[in-house]
Amino acid sequence: MNERELLRQMLRVRRFEERCVELYTQTKVRGFLHVYIGEEAVATGVMAALNDDDSVVATYREHGHALLRGMSARSVMAEMYGKLTGCSRGRGGSMHLFDKDLNFYGGNAIVGGGLPTAVGLALADKMQKRDRVTVCFFGEGAMAEGEFHESMNLAELWQLPVLFVCENNLYAMGTALRRSESETNLPMKAASYEMPAWSVDGMDVLAVADSARRAVDAVRGGGGPHFLEARTYRFRAHSMFDPERYRDKAEVEQWRERDPIDLLLAKLEVPDDELAALEEEIRVEVEDAVDFAENSPDEDVADLMTFVYSPSSTVAGRLS
Amino acid sequence: MTTISYREAVREGIRAALAQDDRVFIMGEDIGEYGGCYAVTMGLLEEFGPERVRDTPLSESAFVGAGIGAALGGMLPIVEIMTVNFSLLALDQIVNTAAALQHMSGGQFNVPLVIRMTTGAGRQLAAQHSHSFDGWYAHIPGIRVVAPATVTDARWMMPTALADPDPVLIFEHGGLYNASGDLEDIGPVDLDHAAVRREGGDVTLITYGGTLPTAMSAADTLAADGIEAEVIDLRTLRPLDDATFVDSVRRTHRAVVVDEGWRSGSISAEVSARIMEQAFYELDAPVGRVAGKEVPTPYARHMEQAAIPGVDDVVAGVRAAMRGE
Amino acid sequence: MGVFAMPSLGADMDEGTLIEWLVKPGDHVRKGQVVAVIDTAKSAIDVEVFESGTVAELLVEPGTLVPVGTPLARIEGEDAESGLPPEPARPLPPLTPPIRHLLHQYGLAPEEVHGTGDGGRITRKDVLAAAGESSAGGARTVTHHAPTLQPRPVPASRPRITPRARRLARERGVDVATLASGDAVVTAAVVEAIPAKPAKKDRTAAMRKVTAALMGRAAREIPHYYVAQTVDLTDTLDWLKQTNAARKPRERILPAALFLRAAVLAAQAVPELNGHWDEQFQSADGVDLGVAVATRAGGLVTPRIVGAQDLDLSALMSHLTDLVKRAKAGRLRGTELQPGSITVSSLADGGPDALFGVIYPPQVALVGIGAVAQRPWVLAGELAVRSTVTVTLAADHRATDGRTGARFLAAMGEALTQPEEL
Repeated sequence: MNERELLRQMLRVRRFEERCVELYTQTKVRGFLHVYIGEEAVATGVMAALNDDDSVVATYREHGHALLRGMSARSVMAEMYGKLTGCSRGRGGSMHLFDKDLNFYGGNAIVGGGLPTAVGLALADKMQKRDRVTVCFFGEGAMAEGEFHESMNLAELWQLPVLFVCENNLYAMGTALRRSESETNLPMKAASYEMPAWSVDGMDVLAVADSARRAVDAVRGGGGPHFLEARTYRFRAHSMFDPERYRDKAEVEQWRERDPIDLLLAKLEVPDDELAALEEEIRVEVEDAVDFAENSPDEDVADLMTFVYSPSSTVAGRLS
Repeated sequence: MTTISYREAVREGIRAALAQDDRVFIMGEDIGEYGGCYAVTMGLLEEFGPERVRDTPLSESAFVGAGIGAALGGMLPIVEIMTVNFSLLALDQIVNTAAALQHMSGGQFNVPLVIRMTTGAGRQLAAQHSHSFDGWYAHIPGIRVVAPATVTDARWMMPTALADPDPVLIFEHGGLYNASGDLEDIGPVDLDHAAVRREGGDVTLITYGGTLPTAMSAADTLAADGIEAEVIDLRTLRPLDDATFVDSVRRTHRAVVVDEGWRSGSISAEVSARIMEQAFYELDAPVGRVAGKEVPTPYARHMEQAAIPGVDDVVAGVRAAMRGE
Repeated sequence: MGVFAMPSLGADMDEGTLIEWLVKPGDHVRKGQVVAVIDTAKSAIDVEVFESGTVAELLVEPGTLVPVGTPLARIEGEDAESGLPPEPARPLPPLTPPIRHLLHQYGLAPEEVHGTGDGGRITRKDVLAAAGESSAGGARTVTHHAPTLQPRPVPASRPRITPRARRLARERGVDVATLASGDAVVTAAVVEAIPAKPAKKDRTAAMRKVTAALMGRAAREIPHYYVAQTVDLTDTLDWLKQTNAARKPRERILPAALFLRAAVLAAQAVPELNGHWDEQFQSADGVDLGVAVATRAGGLVTPRIVGAQDLDLSALMSHLTDLVKRAKAGRLRGTELQPGSITVSSLADGGPDALFGVIYPPQVALVGIGAVAQRPWVLAGELAVRSTVTVTLAADHRATDGRTGARFLAAMGEALTQPEEL
């Protein structure tokens, strides 16, 4: 992927989420809203390394991952609105974005809960001798969960084609890494399972893309699971209703100096008129998504009990 | 018709599935080289190899979750959890992912996963290996919960479970593994309907899994006194086939539920509630319950036996119902 | 022109206090800039603007509690096109739970109360004012939460009657309370075993209830049509007089038997009216003739004469006598209380000229016999005085049409005027 495209994708995610925040304050979007602002370089760089049929498992902070994987802004925005036209028919909301056609096993709102799923997807690929890689995103907070350790062990033991990407933004909600982990050198934890593991500057999209490319190639080449820590930072609150008592404003400002979009812009020297055109193109896409969501229908309440079981199940349609 | 043990019947169900469909594999703790904690999977490793009969580390959450992922990836995994108590370590994966994924993805992802586990008391295994959490699991929409009580069901529930597009949990009562019975060649079991195991017109005994033999013995004892009990084996705890037992109660006008699980918030409570909802005006007696005592299962044999429903308890429960009590 | 409004930062946030302005009028702000600090139920939170421009006016003073959506400041856009829509209509301030409770206590709607609080918010004082009560004096006792209920006495246990027994008793009009004794459980078997001899009053009411249910159903479900025909009975009655003259008093035949016999013959001639409707019409093999009988208690029963087609006039007469006697005494047999295939109803002598009845489901026809009386009649082109009767037929239009009903009445008329054939 060329550098201009990386810029476009990061801007797209940024502007989309900024609009989501605004819509949230206007009560258009509800539930918990976790935005990725500041962390865009991580998913942008990693997604650039994937093939179309690779699988992605993400967390509840996954609007960017969904958009970057190819889901339309309309589909994601309509889901945030809880509309029938949303990717999950409004059943999931911000934290549960999915797209079967894109192998996007997306929004998992249990910290660490997606890791075993990723291990299983990789197991299925290996058993069926498919040349696929599964990428699993999670935050550093997940590394305190037993599911992280069980999954690392199993993936390495069975040499499964999975790339674990830790988005280390230094805070598990409001708990700083140093307050939750006895060992803060995260790749060492993976290395203790004999897994190749390294860190990368998560604010530098080119560095992430390069690291991810090497990791994905190694995994696809039969090198077993790999672990990549992307050191990044969340510019905004954990979710909307977060007074941010756990960190200094000065710290946030310091990280904002390394805004991944600004860093790339500085490198690319994009002319003003070109950047304005790009912003306008993105604005049109986002506003189109908002209009689409606003004008989409709600799902009929009569369909409430559908999709508890598969439509093909003999249980489908029975109340319990 | 051949006579085999329940253990052999379960194994035969798994073996046949492995032989018939390349997508099927089984994984769990000590199911391969060890031969299975309860020897259910003995010999399968030798027959199908380590790719398809996978020993796992002691990581219930990861290997149940890996089963979910593998199912999403096109496989048909059978996951064995050594006992129901250990399944609590995988509860997150079962409830938050396997059961919820279909709904929260708006119908995009189904999880054709089969999870087997040993359940129940009666073998002096004390408080961490003896529980009946079958009722807990039956509380959860999105999964199917079944409990084979006969050798034939032990063999023939497996193909139905594997054909199900959604997660199926199979609860095998540990006390049944050594039981022998006639294996009938009935083909895949209909998991949508309960089975009437004995016909009778005086009282309906509703049970499942490990307490079916208890209920059948009690019915024999009662028959000697002229009380004919109809015995219903629920087979599937979610979704409950309430039509079968409500129909029976409409004929007998009395019902006693036998359930090894703790009484509060149990399957017996659910069955009783449904009878109340659907057949209240047919009742000649309150719905009786013979349930497990609400105590962590004790080790000492006499204490353990006192904690779980026995034949005498069931007989006493029926006699009370016959008196309208 | 844009509006910077109190944001909602969570589903559980419906108001916030503006603590501090970080900008003043005339300041330039850019999209995403933190411009104010808001105090919420959780903590103080920095809030941002979503457009760039110049602060034109601050609308809310620090320290003010306002609902979500309340405009806090006006922002002049950088250019005309970037302006937001005009200031939205001020939303109705949300009610806090205590205020909502207070409104409920006084039976007031929020619209009925003038809010004097911030942003038009309704205060406790406003509610009390609207309720016409003063909040002054401090002696008010307003309950802020659900009142504590006094424990109520538990009534003595009801008799131990099973649900099925209660249901059966209700169906049979049995007073279930009379069956209980001590701790013994009253089961359905106990109810089934008792002879149906309840208190008269109860029984009448119960019978009325049964009749009401049945007739209600008939009126709801059966589209009735009616046909009527008047028959000259003078010769027939003469014939009857002669016949009866040769009989012992006990064996004499009443005109009622003639009507029953004629109805049986007509039912055989027109089988489309003799049978039951259950989704579709099913004709009966024989004629089980229902006879409407008024009981002494004032109710109506319609016992049937099974196999009436095999009974001649005399046999029919004796059956009728027996049936009426037992019906009035309440001693009918179970089989007699099953629905007949067609019913005949007549009111006593001296009654109305014609009777237009309601069909007993699942039957499809009811024959009504009017009073036999001397009436003007045209005979051979001259006006004469004759004994006539008007026979009516109420029939189910789902099963038959008027033409069929007319054939039935014609058959009955024919039978009634040829008594020797009866």
